[in-house]
Amino acid sequence: MSKSSAEQKKQTKKQGRVIPGFGLTLGITIAMLSLLILIPLASILVYAFKMSPSAFIETITSENVRWAFLTSISASLIAALINSVFGVILAWVLVRYDFFGKRILDGLIELPFCIPTAVAGITLSKLYSDKGMFGKALGVIGIKVSYTHLGIIVAMVFIGIPFVVRAIQPVLEKLDGQYEEASYILGADRKTTFFRVVLPELRPALLTGFGLSFARGIGEYGSVIYISGNSAKEHTQVVSYVIMQKLNYMDYESATSIALVMLVISFLMLLFINIVQVRQSRRTNDVA
Amino acid sequence: MMKKNVQSITKKVAALIVAGALAVGLTACGSAGAGGSDGQSGQAGGEELTMTNVSYDPTRELYAAYNEAFAKHYEAETGKKVTVVQSHGGSGGQARSVVEGADADVVTLALEHDITLIEEAGLIKEGWLSEFPLDSSPYTSTIVFLVRKGNEKGLKDWDDLVNDGVAIITPDPKSSGGAMWNFLAAWHFADLKFGGDEAQIKDFMAKLYGNVTVMDSGARGSTTTFVENGQGDVLLAWENEAINTLKEYPDEYEIVTPSISILAQPSVAIVDENADKNGTQELAKAYLDYLYSDEAQKIIGENGYRPSNQEILKNFSDKFDLNVNLCTINDFGGWNAAYEKFFTDGAIFDEIYSK
Amino acid sequence: MEKKTRREESKAAKAILITISFLFVGLMLVVPLISILVNSLSKGFGFYLSSLGTKFVSSALKITILATAAAVLVNTLFGLVASWALTRFSFKGKQVLSTLIDIPFSISPVIAGLAYIMTFGRMGWAAPIVEGINNALGTDIQIVFAIPGVLLATIFVTFPFVSRELIPVLNAEGTDEEEAAALMGAKGFSIFKSITFPKIKWALLYGMILCFARALGEFGAVHALSKTRGKTFTLPLEIDALYLSGSADSIVASFAVSSILVIMAVIILILRNLLEHREKGKSGIV
Repeated sequence: MSKSSAEQKKQTKKQGRVIPGFGLTLGITIAMLSLLILIPLASILVYAFKMSPSAFIETITSENVRWAFLTSISASLIAALINSVFGVILAWVLVRYDFFGKRILDGLIELPFCIPTAVAGITLSKLYSDKGMFGKALGVIGIKVSYTHLGIIVAMVFIGIPFVVRAIQPVLEKLDGQYEEASYILGADRKTTFFRVVLPELRPALLTGFGLSFARGIGEYGSVIYISGNSAKEHTQVVSYVIMQKLNYMDYESATSIALVMLVISFLMLLFINIVQVRQSRRTNDVA
Repeated sequence: MMKKNVQSITKKVAALIVAGALAVGLTACGSAGAGGSDGQSGQAGGEELTMTNVSYDPTRELYAAYNEAFAKHYEAETGKKVTVVQSHGGSGGQARSVVEGADADVVTLALEHDITLIEEAGLIKEGWLSEFPLDSSPYTSTIVFLVRKGNEKGLKDWDDLVNDGVAIITPDPKSSGGAMWNFLAAWHFADLKFGGDEAQIKDFMAKLYGNVTVMDSGARGSTTTFVENGQGDVLLAWENEAINTLKEYPDEYEIVTPSISILAQPSVAIVDENADKNGTQELAKAYLDYLYSDEAQKIIGENGYRPSNQEILKNFSDKFDLNVNLCTINDFGGWNAAYEKFFTDGAIFDEIYSK
Repeated sequence: MEKKTRREESKAAKAILITISFLFVGLMLVVPLISILVNSLSKGFGFYLSSLGTKFVSSALKITILATAAAVLVNTLFGLVASWALTRFSFKGKQVLSTLIDIPFSISPVIAGLAYIMTFGRMGWAAPIVEGINNALGTDIQIVFAIPGVLLATIFVTFPFVSRELIPVLNAEGTDEEEAAALMGAKGFSIFKSITFPKIKWALLYGMILCFARALGEFGAVHALSKTRGKTFTLPLEIDALYLSGSADSIVASFAVSSILVIMAVIILILRNLLEHREKGKSGIV
């Protein structure tokens, strides 16, 4: 009895895999992931385990490390939120409207990526310092950007925006107008249609973009350190900076301990986002 | 069923092999390129010799000029051509890269402590500090103030820096080895002023670092913040950096030399393990020896560093304020002691900075 | 009557959204880029050209192209394979695997570079293996502080880019058509070619371009394991070296070299636009 039910289960599982290539693609995926990413990462993270547990706890809970975690996580969450809002708007405008300059706008999206992060950081810190173009204007209304938390967020928005736009754009292109059409016919206004019909369809892609922008921000070093001011007192040190401080004195144990904790935190957050994303797409697929 | 399972396992294995071959192929084809270029230049004893000098950030111009002079000198002496490959970066990071395997024949770093770290990793033989004259430091520098033209806040000495409203730019000593000199110079001033009363000294230092508005990760970053972004009233800078900035912008800045500062002694050493492997011991020794020659000392002075040869230093008396009272790292009991006391986690720097 | 108000409302919304987009892109992306270009030309065009003509720049350009090509190639292959595995099948541990692929994003680039150093470098466990191969074959292969390390580091930081672009699209598409084709007896590759590929074409292109742009600009990870100028430096490292040289001239030169990266990216983006334009046959307004 139990045997047959197990067999049945196996059968249904097999049936779920009518599409060929499971073993091959999964094998390559895991092999490449292990060789290029996981094994090298493991080789460095073993340094964290060379520490005694008490020294480990002491390192990762010391005051400046705690603040750095808080700063990195909160700044990259805020930046990812900003990017999500503007990313949806940008993707929407680029897919749905025709207007003068559209293709130029479309082409500009990836440009922040090709600027080395250090150049981006130097340029942004200059523009937003109280002597720079934006900084002067914002200074009039009493807002300081360079060398504050705002500066960190600005840098993270700059480096994260392409992820959101490019994650949403293809999905939006695929989304044909018939649901929206139907929604209008049923008398819904645009706002309702967007929030009740379009946004749920976009949510998986939006979550992907949000997750990527967030993850990118959390590990960022080059663009942030020039604009953040790195003050332990103002808590504008990010995690990557603290890791670098440790590395400069060849304190591999502390550096990798902090990196390990950061890795675990971002892994859990990304896992959460991924699971939610899959739920979302499953739901919308079932509806479809 | 069975057959299918076998099939899928074979497929998995095949996939692993494909991916593995791919990774190996990739690294191999990449390294073929690297190996080729290395093979050309790495030949020791041939017509053309190559060596690598791993140094820190502000010495780029100095070694560009010195390498040229040395190549000429060495060819005249031995008939062999030399190419010196330079590597620059933050002093601590550079030392770390040597420990991790960067192929340096010699290191010329900002402070003895960084070279000690390489020694502890087993790459440099003990006793390197006395291998070359004057504690293996062929040039020195000191910490000065760079202020904006006119010096509106009237900053003359260290105790002016703790006044309310003075904005100081200096790099983070926990991130940049060079920045430790800045801290120690100020500490020494306070030490003399308060007759060694540690509570008062700490109070003074807390005020001083409380006035720091932007703390960059390295000396170059601080210079950029001060010069390009216009932040702060005073930059605590290496004398050679300050001289170079003044050369670029003579009408915008002034150098103020405080009454007391620290004798910053950048150190040089042969990286024995690499030099033995590359067969460059002799070349490396000749390279570092020649730094003490009259010609090299002149180049050093011209590039804003203080020549360790006192006679030649006097020729540059218009460039350097030779009256400044300089303490040395030995006043702090050497680098290891200074590092332990001030810069490890929870040590004095953390204490005064969080005040 | 009602229809008219909706159109008006929609027009207003369109105008507002387009304005927001232009403002955001203009202020956040374009102004910083223009300021780089303005800086690069601040000493005249002759200086601009001469600062691009050094042997350091041409060596760095070659290595940048090599590393970028390697990253796009490896990660496209990986992206196609991984997104197929992760969207066409359900299996245990799928979410964990999918999240592991994202890991390179959230890792400080410094740690990424260090990971290879601790694997293949002087202190790495794989160093004796590399040495053994070298001794056996009489070669002198170096991984870190050499070009292979630069390639590996670049691949590392751009690893998830293509797969991450493909996965949402493939999820949104569902698997019905592929399943139908498979049941009718189509082979794996032909399913991919005739059914899946047309659906993911644009997402694939976006992913490759993201990967390209990011590989072009990567600094931190490469910086950790590339130390010699003119030999293993990429353009971002050359820019850094020039910037840190400190003289006003070399700072301008560093911006000039940065502009090469912008120009390279712009060329690729124009190519993409042309391709997209031709394929989609959309009304091309500029």
